[in-house]
Amino acid sequence: MSNAHSVAAADAALLNAVEAHDEHHHDDGSKTTLGFWIYLMSDCILFAAVFAAFAVLRGQTAGGPDAKELFSLPYVAGETAFLLVSSFTYGMAMIAAEKQKQSATLRWLGVTLLLGLGFMFMELHEFAELIGEGAGPDRSAFLSSFFTLVGTHGLHVLSGMVWMVTLIAHVLRRGLTHANIVRLTCLSLFWHFLDIVWIGVFTIVYLSGVAA
Amino acid sequence: MFGKLTLEAIPYHEPIIMGAVAMMVLGGAALFAGITFFRLWGPLWSKWLTSVDHKNIGIMYIILALVMLLRGFADAVMMRTQQAMASTGAAGPLPPEHFDQIFTAHGVIMIFFMAMPFMVGLMNIVVPLQIGARDVAFPYLNNLSFWLTAAGALLINISLAVGEFARTGWLAYPPLSELQYSPGVGVDYYLWALQISGVGTLLAGVNMITTILKMRAPGMTLMRMPIFTWTTLCSNMLIVAAFPILTATLAMLSLDRYLGMHFFTNDGGGNAMMYVNLIWAWGHPEVYILVLPAFGIFSEVISTFSSKKLFGYTSMVYATVCITVLSFIVWLHHFFTMGAGANVNAFFGISTMIISIPTGAKIFNWLFTMYRGRVQFTVPVLWTLGFMVTFVIGGMTGVLMAVPAADFVLHNSLFLIAHFHNVIIGGVLFGYLAGFTYWFPKAFGFKLNETLGKVSFWCWLVGFYLAFMPLYALGLMGMTRRMNHVDNVVWHNYLLVAALGAAVIACGIGAFVLQILVSVLNRKALRDLTGDPWNGRTLEWATSSPPAFYNFAVDPVVTSRDAFWEQKQTTGAGLQPLPAYGKIHMPHNTGTGVILGGFIAVLGFALIWHIWWLAVAAFAAAVAVGIGHTFNENRDYYVPSETVAETEGKYFKQLTSQV
Repeated sequence: MSNAHSVAAADAALLNAVEAHDEHHHDDGSKTTLGFWIYLMSDCILFAAVFAAFAVLRGQTAGGPDAKELFSLPYVAGETAFLLVSSFTYGMAMIAAEKQKQSATLRWLGVTLLLGLGFMFMELHEFAELIGEGAGPDRSAFLSSFFTLVGTHGLHVLSGMVWMVTLIAHVLRRGLTHANIVRLTCLSLFWHFLDIVWIGVFTIVYLSGVAA
Repeated sequence: MFGKLTLEAIPYHEPIIMGAVAMMVLGGAALFAGITFFRLWGPLWSKWLTSVDHKNIGIMYIILALVMLLRGFADAVMMRTQQAMASTGAAGPLPPEHFDQIFTAHGVIMIFFMAMPFMVGLMNIVVPLQIGARDVAFPYLNNLSFWLTAAGALLINISLAVGEFARTGWLAYPPLSELQYSPGVGVDYYLWALQISGVGTLLAGVNMITTILKMRAPGMTLMRMPIFTWTTLCSNMLIVAAFPILTATLAMLSLDRYLGMHFFTNDGGGNAMMYVNLIWAWGHPEVYILVLPAFGIFSEVISTFSSKKLFGYTSMVYATVCITVLSFIVWLHHFFTMGAGANVNAFFGISTMIISIPTGAKIFNWLFTMYRGRVQFTVPVLWTLGFMVTFVIGGMTGVLMAVPAADFVLHNSLFLIAHFHNVIIGGVLFGYLAGFTYWFPKAFGFKLNETLGKVSFWCWLVGFYLAFMPLYALGLMGMTRRMNHVDNVVWHNYLLVAALGAAVIACGIGAFVLQILVSVLNRKALRDLTGDPWNGRTLEWATSSPPAFYNFAVDPVVTSRDAFWEQKQTTGAGLQPLPAYGKIHMPHNTGTGVILGGFIAVLGFALIWHIWWLAVAAFAAAVAVGIGHTFNENRDYYVPSETVAETEGKYFKQLTSQV
């Protein structure tokens, strides 16, 4: 009874609120951010599938080299440092953007981009070295899944960087408008997400690979 | 220059294929000529192809689905004919390599390019209206999703004329689908068609969830949402959770084929059963992605035509959510014979049987909704009743196969084929056809011819039983699926009955097409002036038919379930005209979606035929167009209040002239 009563009261309050309700359906950015979160969760499942494939195939070296022989932890620590620091610098860019400091935002984005480039360079260098040693993705199921998992992450970083360049152009063109802040927020989510995925890669592929 | 593509790729020597291609080319040419003659390219482009209006996009999805239904059904007829003619030792009209492409294409088309677009189309038309919104959350993305689906469908149709399609069965199990055993382009057509349309589906899922969560009319709490909206929400959550697995799995198979990797190969440590596990981790939720919205449609239909609120709304919602969750923990029942061991099989067998509990609850809810209601036996109700009987049978044979020991006998037999057609035709297709008939007046402003609808229903129902009940028997006798020819007189008679069933279904499809034609010709007499032809209960019936492009001039306010019904009870009528209207914020149409879809289709074609320069160019063009679109600032506009007042005025005039 009291429940029904409170529902009725809520409806009455609602009717009053609707009187004042804005007539048009403007997006305050919350739809975009929610939609982007949902997309990120689906991306997370994509990574989960690739991680699962790696977990199944990690021992299938087909007589070829295994993780212990191939990976160097100090090198991977360097890659990890690039990526983690870039997350921090992106965070700084967002703080600057919220404060409407355009040049600081652009500077931090530039630094993030450079760190991302450093990461990509190290990753490609590692790939080239492995392929040169005859440990390419066609050598064994283990290496297929390794290249695919790390490469999928790398492709995400690359597209994040393309996106970042685009957003730098947007900010230069229009400044830190509301639309641009929403866009920066989405890329921020994406960039930190890639960091989290990398921590998974670092742990499951490299750390436990070398330790096993 | 053209990769693997040469003139040899066109199968001149196959009269059946060339006949079909000729039909397609002639049909396309006639369509092209017609559009040009009537000078319709302009309106087609500006009102349809570039439209961001969810209703138009929904209609385009459904047109795509119906065209692909005809193609997929043609495949079905060929299979039934072949097996009927080639079961007493004769070779039959179709050589094995062609037959194998046909059963693969049939499955792929019916699931990905008939059922999926049909479902997304219905959701697009109905859900924003049901929740009192003016559009979906991301209108441009909605248009792009459609064009990605269409690009995938285009690739599949091209495969008929240029090259070949996969000969692997609809899920392309390795190692058969690996380069070693399928060196041709068939599997590549399969991979890229599904990959491209899959991305479209995923984006549509993100869009629909955001729409439902963020854009409901004031007062519409989750537990006041219409059931179709609920099932759409759950189904799209499944899309977002399951389609990435499909994307990843197909990508791995592509890497095996294109870069010589060893995910699923026999050598190099690959594991083919991993593919089977991954593909069904998507594939089983996919079944529920398709059927949950159908359950929603039946709920709307049965409640409207019984003039009663739905029995057990809350239990219906919980049952839907239970099915959503459970659908992820049953995938292994598709391959109990893998040899995972008794405990694993027992787990998946039991979880499968548990799904029948919420599903059974739904059946009882529908029955109790009808109980003591004033049931009108309209076409949508007939589909619903046909569904209830048929689906229960299909469900029970499913539970039978959920027993691992029984499954070892029935695995890959025609019993399985009969089972899943039993639930997919009896559940999904009947549901979508019910929804099609039910919402047709909302989308087009006139009702469908009732008599031909009934003819179509009865042909489908009778044809279905004739076509598939014999397959249960054949399965129990040991006939396996996908057989090109066989010498067995006993089976022959059953296969003849099944072929007859396919012919009866063909009459059903004919009656359906005729129904649409006759209704279009009689559209004046069948016009729905009120916007509420069935005495409906939910908000989509509170608009004119078809609704104004902005759907609702004023945000409807919801204070209970069945909001429109409630409104009619309290005010005695639907909407009332207002003294003044505000301006309305709406998105602009954009050509980006169709252009991007075109480039992606070219990209897919180039990748299939290893035309690398074209692939690079198409990809670069697609990225450029995509990024370029973000610089388009002119995305939306305001509809002036005078236009709104004028449009609404016309509708209310129409309403009063009615009385």
